[in-house]
Amino acid sequence: MTRRIPTLLLTVFAAALFGSAPAIAQDAKGKPAATPAAPPAAAPAAAAPATDVNRFNRLLKPANQRNLPPSQDGIHDPASEGTAALMPPLSAFETLPRSNAGNRVNWVKALEDRAINPRWDRVDANAVPVVMDLNIVREVKGSMPDVVYPHKQHTEWLDCSNCHPAIFIPQKGANQISMAAILLGQKCGVCHGKVAFPVSECRLCHSKKKDGPVARTGQ
Amino acid sequence: MKQVPWVTRVRRGLTALLFAVVAITLWTPSDSRAEYGDIVINNYADAAGMRPAIFPHWFHRIRFRCKVCHADLGFQFKAGGNEITMLKIIDGQFCGACHNGEVAWSVENCDLCHSGKPNTPTQVHESTIQKLAVPVGQGGSKK
Repeated sequence: MTRRIPTLLLTVFAAALFGSAPAIAQDAKGKPAATPAAPPAAAPAAAAPATDVNRFNRLLKPANQRNLPPSQDGIHDPASEGTAALMPPLSAFETLPRSNAGNRVNWVKALEDRAINPRWDRVDANAVPVVMDLNIVREVKGSMPDVVYPHKQHTEWLDCSNCHPAIFIPQKGANQISMAAILLGQKCGVCHGKVAFPVSECRLCHSKKKDGPVARTGQ
Repeated sequence: MKQVPWVTRVRRGLTALLFAVVAITLWTPSDSRAEYGDIVINNYADAAGMRPAIFPHWFHRIRFRCKVCHADLGFQFKAGGNEITMLKIIDGQFCGACHNGEVAWSVENCDLCHSGKPNTPTQVHESTIQKLAVPVGQGGSKK
């Protein structure tokens, strides 16, 4: 029972917030000197300070805070000598195709375009992967487009044994996959959301338009 | 002029509280700024008086495909799940398969891996699960 109290409190708080919105507006009108409105010639968004509460896209990470050098990235210790010797990610990403999520590099395209040439073998620079070109279509419930899983792009990076049979049983209909499981780091979420593009990029997987009427044709 | 009604005052108080709650929720994990996919490994480092090791996925995937480490070298897909020790590395296992002075620089360069902020828990940095939940061992030991 006690576990519900925080939720209840939050609900009350939220209600209070919405209820008092006019009051806040009134405050602003009443004391114009306290917080002047944003100056008309505001600085460009790139250099928006974190303290600016009226910043555009307040909850998104601004472009100037992506791919920070190790000394500023929050997990490396700036006091360590090693940190200063490490390569800043942006210097490596300059020539790579960009994407909208993760570390903002389109790794699959980078590989396709030969912008990078990662080894398939620890020591043999000429070893090439055994690429399997087989698409698996998974019909999904609801109105989302069906999922197309391309073996091709995955086998460029991975060995069959990385996924089969521990994560995915190689048999049609044998794998129960849900977005909840993926969000919790299972199934596709073993990589997607950690090192591969995260689930915010819905349409990269949900890419096959459903045939005919959409309603109630789940698997 | 009438005094501000008590309802408004209570509302303002609650609003302030709500902002406090939201601010705390948003700012607590605000340290999470590092590169997507960077792995912090702190199974034994803190206890041994070393900084936690940080593995930059991005750097390695430019040079090697996933398969090399995750199939050939036996790295499990789990941060901290490989029980890596310096003994194993010097013995040529895990990182030591390449970081041996032949394929890549060798283990004398302690600080290049052990460069994390002390007491940073084992984690996949910026992962979806980290945004949804508190990382395992946040503010304490791993287990």
